[in-house]
Amino acid sequence: MTVVWTPVCRFADLLAERGVAALIGDAQVAVFRLHDDRLRAIGNRDPVSGAHVLSRGVVGSRGDRAVVASPMHKQAYDLDTGECLDADARVPVFPIRVRGGVVEVGTA
Amino acid sequence: MRLVVVGNGMVGQRLIEALAARDTDGRWSVTVLAEEHRRAYDRVRLSAYFEGATAEDLTLAPAGVPSGTDIRLGEPVLAVDRAARVVRTAAGSYPYDALVLATGSFPFVPPAPGRDARGCFVYRTLDDLEALREYANGRSDGIVVGGGLLGLEAANALRLLGLRTSVVEFAPHLMPMQLDPAGGAMLRRRIEELDIAVHTGTGVTAIATDGDRLRVDTAGELALEADLVVFAAGVRPRDDLARTAGLAVAERGGILVDSSLRTNDPAVFAIGECAAVEGRCYGLVAPGYAMADVVVDRLLGGAAAFGGADTSTKLKLLGVDVASFGRTAGALDVVYADPANGLYAKLALTDDAGTLLGGILVGDATAYGALRAAVGGPVPGKLADFLSAGAPDVALPGHAQVCSCNNVTKDAVLAAIGDGCGDVPAVKACTRAGTTCGSCVPLLKSLLAEAGVAQSTALCEHFAYTRQELFDLVRVRGIRTFSALVAGYGTGRGCDICKPTVASILASLGNGHILDGEQAALQDTNDHFLANIQRDGTYSVVPRIPGGEITPERLIVIGEVARDFGLYTKITGGQRIDLLGARVEQLPDIWRRLVAAGFESGHAYGKALRTVKSCVGSTWCRYGVQDSVGLAVALELRYRGLRAPHKIKSAVSGCARECAEARSKDFGIIATEQGWNLYLGGNGGFRPRHADLFLSDVDTDTLVRTVDRFLMYYIRTADRLQRTAAWIEGLDGGLDHLRAVIVDDRLGLCADLDAAMARHVAAHTDEWRDVLEDPVKLRRFVSFVNAPSTPDPSISVGRERGQPVPLRLPAVRR
Repeated sequence: MTVVWTPVCRFADLLAERGVAALIGDAQVAVFRLHDDRLRAIGNRDPVSGAHVLSRGVVGSRGDRAVVASPMHKQAYDLDTGECLDADARVPVFPIRVRGGVVEVGTA
Repeated sequence: MRLVVVGNGMVGQRLIEALAARDTDGRWSVTVLAEEHRRAYDRVRLSAYFEGATAEDLTLAPAGVPSGTDIRLGEPVLAVDRAARVVRTAAGSYPYDALVLATGSFPFVPPAPGRDARGCFVYRTLDDLEALREYANGRSDGIVVGGGLLGLEAANALRLLGLRTSVVEFAPHLMPMQLDPAGGAMLRRRIEELDIAVHTGTGVTAIATDGDRLRVDTAGELALEADLVVFAAGVRPRDDLARTAGLAVAERGGILVDSSLRTNDPAVFAIGECAAVEGRCYGLVAPGYAMADVVVDRLLGGAAAFGGADTSTKLKLLGVDVASFGRTAGALDVVYADPANGLYAKLALTDDAGTLLGGILVGDATAYGALRAAVGGPVPGKLADFLSAGAPDVALPGHAQVCSCNNVTKDAVLAAIGDGCGDVPAVKACTRAGTTCGSCVPLLKSLLAEAGVAQSTALCEHFAYTRQELFDLVRVRGIRTFSALVAGYGTGRGCDICKPTVASILASLGNGHILDGEQAALQDTNDHFLANIQRDGTYSVVPRIPGGEITPERLIVIGEVARDFGLYTKITGGQRIDLLGARVEQLPDIWRRLVAAGFESGHAYGKALRTVKSCVGSTWCRYGVQDSVGLAVALELRYRGLRAPHKIKSAVSGCARECAEARSKDFGIIATEQGWNLYLGGNGGFRPRHADLFLSDVDTDTLVRTVDRFLMYYIRTADRLQRTAAWIEGLDGGLDHLRAVIVDDRLGLCADLDAAMARHVAAHTDEWRDVLEDPVKLRRFVSFVNAPSTPDPSISVGRERGQPVPLRLPAVRR
């Protein structure tokens, strides 16, 4: 399967430990910059509430995992696997990279 | 309806407080007529007056009387006209629908000639104590007539006044009501060690004056001499008013009442030491309190009855622990006596030694709690352990009363813990245990520990500190960023618990705009977008409307904004207007319109001051006595934007009718003729709680200064998401502690708290306007980083009752 890379913003536009939402076709993607400048992308839809809000959650850690807490009801999602640590739920994970200072998200 | 209460002693005070707490509809208007010139004080601890306690320290009503209670001190009742239902004093007449007599007792003075001589005193009121103190000045010795509880208290008072003291007791041993002869003898040994002479088994027959000295003759050979004599030989019920009113009295004195505390006139009740309940008088305060509670229930239509009272006592007399409980003699008595250490213990048992009936402890009363709770059942452990010094480490039985003020058993506390109460404030809120005198709080703690509830105070996995400790770290070390704090004092990268907490601490300490620099990343979504997230991911916008006062022009602007942006509009409970359904990219445009019309952020999204609600007050209302709107506006503007451990609500009512519902707020203010009453620690929500009276009749400056300190002290010391009510309950000493810190400045903190509030007030700017004026912050308010003005396609809107509402989102878990 070919990955299609879509540029979404400049790296410098991102706040450390905060997310933004990007619209790629019909897909809403939540893009996060971690404290050490690594990037992560997961689906923006909070599967528990159904609202597209995960990009607006607080980013942090649980044990060794980097997580975002849903701003709706605070369930934590592993930013590497998309696994919900507090409920039986999962969100998709997207590849993400920086090219020439521009953040790109990969979709199939 | 009109309630007249005669007497403002401990029991009378309990009555008006309990009525104020329970009569939430204001059914009764209360007049208190009191003979003494002071408000109720703690008569049980009178000798503390000679240990440096002031009359204020002993007062039971530090905050005054409940709103709406008319208290008239120094106005003794002369007569009760039961036919006309009117009470008369020298100053006037007071009609009543119900009358409560709480006239207390008078000291019993043996009928010995010379008992009125100069230098003879009784021991009952603060005035008595003052007269005694004045007379004792420069004198060297005194005699106490009476070796019971009251007499030994009086002996302690004389000792504290520096007098050589003797005690004369008519009975064969000390404390005849509570102790057996052997227990009395042990107590005597201990007391004589303090150089107090004890003479028992002899009564005073005459007192003669010899110059400046008094000679006391007794029934025996004994003749004593001293500078002064204090009569403390018990009390008699004050039933004279009832007698002249034609009410029935008991054979041995006391106003005769049934178990509902009614006299033979159904409109008249009697409570406390003046009452003879089914013929029996009680000289202790706890039964008096129980009587007051019964009358309050009856006044409110209830059917409570006084079922007798436990007269068990445990006290420290002259430094010696003394306790007695249950029956002090049984078929089988087990006794332990250790004269070397001044210890005596006796347990009264049934003949098969299987059931504990009661007992006496002198010298060490540690086992009192466990033993008293075990009365009626087997002794909870090895007998010998209880009889020798100290208390063995035994579990209390389930039916043991943990909180005697509110009659809460150990089982009830354990059930609350089982239901999820994880700390002392939660147990208090759930069971009421520990909410009155607080003396059982250590027991609650140990029950929590016993139940295996881990009392971890760590904020979250990233910080092993409490919020208060983090606050102090940030403040004292001058830490300005989360990164510095977590690097120095935590682990990992934080979470949705510690990050907003630290953001709030930084904001409380005045760290610039909450979205400046790294702080932006710490904020919960509401603070991050300065609006409240709703179920569909849109936000609500609430402009500040201080005190609920708004001009027609501004009201029109809100209407126009709502119409133009398609927002659902609702009036909130806090007297302002909620605009719902704003998408994130619409927020700056909405704010721009509102800010141009003079609005600012209402901080509905923050753990911060929300609103100060008000009634129209004296400006319009024919009942209003103060300008409640003016004060509400001033307070809301003063505290706007103040970040706190939880949201803070307030209200100001212009008179005692309380239309603003101030007592359901964290700090509520009710106008009086003389100024303002301040109430602290109320809330609505999951566990509604009325605020407690903290200050009475204060001027506006005092009020504001006190609220400043209250809020700043709360912000510094409360736990995360702890409302003021739970915070106050969790303070060691509760409201009294709070008063010591923010009124009396016992911790020397007030200047610091005042300065912190002054900084907050001076630094205020509108958070919405600041974002509008800062292009960097403004850029975050977009729907998509790569399509900034494209609305979130998943948001869909329906209509209900003519307004836009979110359509239900399909919440499918995968």
